[in-house]
Amino acid sequence: MPSPEQWTRPDPGAGPAATAAQPSPEQVIAGLRATTEGGAELTQLLTPEGERLADSRFDPYLADIDAEALRGLYRDMVLVRRADRESNAMQRQGQLGIWVPLLGQEAAQVGSGRALRPADMAFPSYREHGVAYTRGIDFRELLGIFRCTDHSGWDPAEYGFHPYTIVIGNQVLNAAGYAMGQKFDGKVGNADDAENEATIVYFGDGATSQGDVHEGFVWGAVYDAPVVYFCQNNQWAISEPTERQSRLPLYQRARGYGFPGIRVDGNDVLACLAVTRWALDECRHGNGPVLIEAFTYRMDAHTTTDDPTRYRLSDELEAWKLKDPIERVRAHLARAGGTEQDFFDGVDAEADEFAAQLRDFCFTMPDPPPERIFSEVYADTPAALDAQREEYLNYLAGFAGGEH
Amino acid sequence: MAAPAASPVDTQAANTQTMTIGKALNNGLRAAMEADPKVLVMGEDVGKLGGVFRVTDGLQKDFGEHRVLDTPLAESGIVGTAIGLAVRGFRPVCEIQFEGFIFPAFDQISSQLAKLRYRTQGKLKAPVVIRVPFGGGIGAVEHHSESPESLFSHIPGLKVVSCSNPVDAYWMMRQAISSDDPVMVFEPKKLYHSSALKAPVDTTATPDPLHSSRVVRHGDAATIAAYGPSLPVALDAATAAQEEGRSLEVIDLRTLSPLDLGPVFESVRRTGRLVVVSEASSEVSLTSEVAARVQQECFYSLEAPVQRVTGFDTPYPPAKLEEHFLPDLDRVLYAVDNALEW
Ligand SMILES: Cc1ncc(C[n+]2csc(CCOP(=O)(O)OP(=O)(O)O)c2C)c(N)n1
Ligand SMILES: [Mg+2]
Repeated sequence: MPSPEQWTRPDPGAGPAATAAQPSPEQVIAGLRATTEGGAELTQLLTPEGERLADSRFDPYLADIDAEALRGLYRDMVLVRRADRESNAMQRQGQLGIWVPLLGQEAAQVGSGRALRPADMAFPSYREHGVAYTRGIDFRELLGIFRCTDHSGWDPAEYGFHPYTIVIGNQVLNAAGYAMGQKFDGKVGNADDAENEATIVYFGDGATSQGDVHEGFVWGAVYDAPVVYFCQNNQWAISEPTERQSRLPLYQRARGYGFPGIRVDGNDVLACLAVTRWALDECRHGNGPVLIEAFTYRMDAHTTTDDPTRYRLSDELEAWKLKDPIERVRAHLARAGGTEQDFFDGVDAEADEFAAQLRDFCFTMPDPPPERIFSEVYADTPAALDAQREEYLNYLAGFAGGEH
Repeated sequence: MAAPAASPVDTQAANTQTMTIGKALNNGLRAAMEADPKVLVMGEDVGKLGGVFRVTDGLQKDFGEHRVLDTPLAESGIVGTAIGLAVRGFRPVCEIQFEGFIFPAFDQISSQLAKLRYRTQGKLKAPVVIRVPFGGGIGAVEHHSESPESLFSHIPGLKVVSCSNPVDAYWMMRQAISSDDPVMVFEPKKLYHSSALKAPVDTTATPDPLHSSRVVRHGDAATIAAYGPSLPVALDAATAAQEEGRSLEVIDLRTLSPLDLGPVFESVRRTGRLVVVSEASSEVSLTSEVAARVQQECFYSLEAPVQRVTGFDTPYPPAKLEEHFLPDLDRVLYAVDNALEW
């Protein structure tokens, strides 16, 4: 691909420079538009039809992924999708205030999440339920945020999974800082790789426009931090297509910051696993940061409050359905032999059970007590806040006693 | 109330439609865009989607993509480029999707927008409007229910208003856009589509000045001052108090910076008691400012200390607890009782 430097008008007399709205033929060929599928630039190891492509660069990162392991990844994705659909349905039934669906992004999340080691740290945005699952967080622990009983839930240190971040882009800087800390603590570049650590941070295509994300890239680069910037380009930021954020395919931005950028088929769990393992490995050995753009698609609405029929056509969804992340693994397993129908049926039954447990849990979740409003605002609570709490609880008690 | 039938001979009726706050804001934007080709609307999802609250619904379709800009996802970018556009002669109206997402733009707002006139001693002006849906009570996740208006009211050079009804929504939008000062409009998102608050908006009427407060209910026992989403709570409290034979005066503050406290002073001199209501935390806030100034101006008239009914001095809690956090009828009446029994 020609470099961006070649896109400027070569000859002063040659007429107006091309623009994003009217790209020159060269620019079109160069893949100027951010949503152009990467072609040769797209790392794919499993085609939508389920054919395994050999890849000399990334196959070594899948040496341990035999049929059994691939069945494990399939199971992960089926469970995660089922839990996602159940949660979406529970929102419709009024059990959750909102749900943020991950439908279509299972491979990007399970593949990258399974690439992490326990000592690594992940910083999610708000859609990474599949990554949470790979970190060992019970899906039930995610529900509090969406039932609005809690702002986070799990213990981040226990799982190596930071709280969800809703303010777009904030977590990219936090992750860069965490990774700087890993480096300052001597957890990078050790001869014994088991000593090494890395950080991964998740954000969307829309988020790439935020100043915090730019700064997060700069910090990671300047401090050679062991951080993998994992951008799930699901083609949409609510109603805005990725072209509203960038002229250049997003992974190419890495070059300007001085670290490698790579575009991976985000619907290919093997490619996401291999590429993320590679990137984390680079980071652990002191070659970080790395930007990964997982090229995927948000198959459902932005959230349960969104109505995508207002801004996108259903053909697009139909086209992406053919690239479904789960179907291709199923096709591959079935074709490669050794995986019987019993296995698929077993996973489906397990998914039903998983969903039923989620449902039971959700329906019986208690509301938090009013004291929760005042808890953990500070390490050292100011007396005035204690007084406010007491005053309010007394006021409530007065209602119970029929005083007011 | 039924919308008056439009009749060609009755211009008042022809120019009057009954609408919600959200629709009134939309109409205000539309009228401003029709009146002045330099008015632009910009923000995240404001175009095809019409904004997540649909306040800009239909504007891109009718005015085109060069007047209604679906911007990249960056609030500092939205406000920062709006300032540049304003210097160039445009009148940008920025939408911030939710108040909790305004902070990336805080620097541009406080360092540039608010100070451009002062720094250049009037050679430059920045007639930018920033629309901010704010307040809670919608059962949302974090950062979607906050009330940061005091932070912005604290910044010299910036003007801040908040609407509580369709008539003000329409006119405040128009007046803010024609103001040569930067104006932030805090819009009560919970009330956008409230049909209970639907009201006729006469687009040929003469509006109250943008920076004026207004007595919306007369009474003599105590005064309640509120704004935006707290206004219906204050009015409900006054109705409930009336049933117990106490008549409360209710004032809609409307303008948060500069404050227009003349009507509040005048009222407190008669009632001797003031309750200030706001969803924002109370410490170092607009409600502190109102209390301080009323105690300064009305010291000899006060029969009780100024009471405040506000959000607690904590972050906004998970929404299952927001009914505790937000001022409600009971808490306002409790404060009124405290003031009366002092
Ligand atoms: C600073 C900030 N601005 C605006 C929003 C509102 N908002 C929530 S999600 C979203 C779109 C995000 O798109 P993208 O980064 O592509 O992530 P995706 O939701 O597609 O996973 C917006 C504008 C926000 N949460 N934070
Ligand atoms: Mg996206």
